[in-house]
Amino acid sequence: MITESFAQQPWLSFTVFAPLLGAILIAVARVMARTDDDGVIAKKDQEQLASNARRVAMITTIGVLVVSLVAYSQFDPSIAGFQLVEQAAWLGGGISYKMGVDGISILFVLLTTFIMPICILASWNSIKDRVADYMIAFLVLETLMLGVFCALDLFVFYIFFEASLIPMFLIIGVWGSKGTKEFAGYTMPSRVYAAVKFFLFTLVGSLLLLVAMAWMYSKAGTTDIPTLQQFEFSHGAQRWLWIAFFASFAVKMPMWPVHTWLPDAHVQAPTAGSVVLAAILLKMGGYGFLRFSLPMFPLASLDFAPLVYALSIVAIIYTSLVALAQEDMKKLIAYSSVAHMGFVTMGIFTGTKQGIEGGLFQMLSHGFISGALFLCVGVVYDRMHTREIAAYGGLVHRMPIYAFLFLFFTLGNVGLPGTSGFVGEILAMTGAFKVNSWIAFFAAFGVILSAAYALRLYRQVIYGELVKEALFEIPDVNWREWAPLGLLMAFALFLGFYPGPALDVFSPAVDLLIENYDAALSAGGQ
Amino acid sequence: MTLVDMLSYAYPELVLAIGSMALLITGVFMGENSAQKISLASIAVLAIAVAFVVFRPAVGGATIFADAFRIDGFSEFVKTVLYITAGFAIMMSHRYFQGDDNWRFEYPILILLSVFGMSLMVSANDLIALYMGIETQSLALYVLASINRDSRRSTEAGLKYFVLGALSSCLMLYGASLIYGFTGSVSFTEIAKIAETSGGENVGLIIGLVFLISGLAFKVSAAPFHMWTPDVYEGAPTPVTAFFAAAPKFAAMALFIRVLMTAFPTALADWQMVIALIAVASMMVGAFSAIAQTNIKRLMAYSSIGHVGYALMGLAAGTAPGVSSILIYMTIYIVMTIGAFACILMMRRRGGLTEDISDLSGLTKTNMPLALVLTILLFSLAGIPPMAGFFGKWYVFVAAVDAGLVWLAILGVLASAVSAYYYLRIVWFMWFDEPAPAFERDVGPALQMTAGVSAIMVFPILVIFIGVLYQAADRAAAALF
Repeated sequence: MITESFAQQPWLSFTVFAPLLGAILIAVARVMARTDDDGVIAKKDQEQLASNARRVAMITTIGVLVVSLVAYSQFDPSIAGFQLVEQAAWLGGGISYKMGVDGISILFVLLTTFIMPICILASWNSIKDRVADYMIAFLVLETLMLGVFCALDLFVFYIFFEASLIPMFLIIGVWGSKGTKEFAGYTMPSRVYAAVKFFLFTLVGSLLLLVAMAWMYSKAGTTDIPTLQQFEFSHGAQRWLWIAFFASFAVKMPMWPVHTWLPDAHVQAPTAGSVVLAAILLKMGGYGFLRFSLPMFPLASLDFAPLVYALSIVAIIYTSLVALAQEDMKKLIAYSSVAHMGFVTMGIFTGTKQGIEGGLFQMLSHGFISGALFLCVGVVYDRMHTREIAAYGGLVHRMPIYAFLFLFFTLGNVGLPGTSGFVGEILAMTGAFKVNSWIAFFAAFGVILSAAYALRLYRQVIYGELVKEALFEIPDVNWREWAPLGLLMAFALFLGFYPGPALDVFSPAVDLLIENYDAALSAGGQ
Repeated sequence: MTLVDMLSYAYPELVLAIGSMALLITGVFMGENSAQKISLASIAVLAIAVAFVVFRPAVGGATIFADAFRIDGFSEFVKTVLYITAGFAIMMSHRYFQGDDNWRFEYPILILLSVFGMSLMVSANDLIALYMGIETQSLALYVLASINRDSRRSTEAGLKYFVLGALSSCLMLYGASLIYGFTGSVSFTEIAKIAETSGGENVGLIIGLVFLISGLAFKVSAAPFHMWTPDVYEGAPTPVTAFFAAAPKFAAMALFIRVLMTAFPTALADWQMVIALIAVASMMVGAFSAIAQTNIKRLMAYSSIGHVGYALMGLAAGTAPGVSSILIYMTIYIVMTIGAFACILMMRRRGGLTEDISDLSGLTKTNMPLALVLTILLFSLAGIPPMAGFFGKWYVFVAAVDAGLVWLAILGVLASAVSAYYYLRIVWFMWFDEPAPAFERDVGPALQMTAGVSAIMVFPILVIFIGVLYQAADRAAAALF
């Protein structure tokens, strides 16, 4: 039985839509700005607009963080069901606007609200063009991401899930890096190629989810998530529905072999775009598996678990090897993200407490660590305007603080004990070991390979003699750069040594999930 | 029922017929420079007609003129949307013809006459009324397509439309005569009774139905009867194209629904697959053919073919939710289309309209408000949430899946993924590319208002109040069952 306790105040709606207030404020300023006949805003006004937009965005995201913490203070982690639930009539006929969180989603909400101010800070100086539009896109994106994690109605979830493509599409396409790409006989800017690829890949995946959702709605008469979680679909139907949901979340996650949009998108996106993509957008896939695939289609999840294991193992080993061969820093981290997400999918579909908690923990930890790694790349990219590994070397001589921070996150990426990366990986592997020791055996290779590519990256960029003339005058990190990195480091360290607080929050929800999962399996004769 | 009682149900049509004739006479006496006043008066006539529909609903429905003319919730819903659409279409045209200095007073009157024809179509309850409605509408539309009589493209469009339209009328008449021959009646209700008793053995009836469907598919420009659409849309003056893409489609779709749902509900098994295949063909043609287009009017033509395909999906379901999903879909489609064409009409440089997609390059840097409105409308046309276009698709998909047509819904979403590409292409031209020379800023308030209103309707008004639209459409659809 899944309990729902209603909220006294609409804290979640307030958290979700608060970023829109900031976006509207900036948009109004943007529209009110005087333009000449060609639609161009005067230089001076433009600078004023840009600095106002930055401030408003910063204040808004911090405000949202505070609101989300208030919402969290109303949340009781010892209760397993959905809390802070709010509901309002919308489409009628079983589809309503419904929000609510449990121990699983509240942490993603906090992760989102925590990462966003960091993204705004990271964009402070590196974005110089169309700043107001950029900040609007980010604030809208924050609303949509929060909506995904708070939605307690499948239809509402889908809308937020799908709509988040629009701002991200614009962020990659407008503020992406330079360079051109040949595609199908056309030469186009590679940021455009990456943006369109990102959009279409994700869209095709989620459209199948739309059909599945329509089918579930016509069978169950509602898209209410708690109801659907207790609605027992027939075994045959579960398989088709599972495949449709899987198509959507696997692309988002991304799993091998539909991961190819991710390296393109990461390379082209501006630094903050990459951070959001790695830290939050990818987590929507894993969150979807936990919220829908496992509880709603338990029989099919068991049936298809070997497929997921296989794809996860391929992702872990194959993309790690691909990462080894990369010349581009961001591409390398992107491939390592795919490998790390392999641990998540593997853990989730073991259906064991350790596996699921490991997957969840890995997602949180990856949010801090890979986000931080993209910030690290952004630091040197802002100075040198290249992401080629070969263009760097010996940075430790000029940038000691940077070298230290980068080292920490590199080790976190490897999963060194003491960092949060270790906890997630070891839990996920323990879960896998319980199900099938071979899976854990192969997954362990990923840990070794991740050390290989991450340390190679670190050695080539940071160590060695400082011989490249362009690097002779490179300055070390300023406070705007080290402050967010330091904060992320504190989190990664804290959760690495003492994972208790995070585990305590999602543990009751995971217990309930597994209880229902096992009950459904035994009822289904498995 | 006395004649006066009967006429009281047809007030909107009477207003349109009498209004258009009165305005025609007034226009002749006032001369060529009366166009502006006549167009304002036409909008007023439409407003009065809307008022009659909305404030004097025929509760429970009524059939008048010897069963030929049916007034019910369904016809009232469609008529309201059609009249409002026509009003916006007239409003949008104003500036276009002014620039070309041949803004003729016949233009709004022709629109009124075609709307009168559409009203007849929507309320038609027998085969003769069906044919009369279609012809009244079409004749006015043929003239509208070639209203720019000095332009070769416009004349060509009118001629093509006329020749192919006549062909489709022939098909329809032939189908109607077969149906009459095999049932002995022209009334939809009578046909339904006879079709029910004779069932699928009445082959002549089914053949007649197929011909009728072909003719109607031509009118809604569904594949494989869509060939005329791109040429006519491209050649006709842009405001006329806007009107073509919106109102006649909805009217023809409403007629399509009425014929199949009231005359042939028991033959569902016979026509369901036909409609489903037409829907698939239209979605695919709309999705794949539009990719290569560079002219935005041609692109909108293919897009409209695709959208008709989605709407037909609801018809293929053959259920009350299916009908209501079509009504929702087409209403949202009309809002998006009118808005998109208002934006296209604002693509004006040095006194002339430009129609190439690449002219939109970098629009966000030269004209942010226009770019933003067009972006919202394009995402909505592509069916990306949270825009209203997505909700239209949702209802249609649910109706199809409910009726067991899951394969149709899957093909539908695949087509919509393909079509997302070409809408996205325009968005990326506007946002990512280097700016083309800016458009003229002085476009007049009518276009700006139309575009702005439709964008706000698409997001967020229709999204928040989608439940209201759903209930209205549901009530309208219930009138047919």
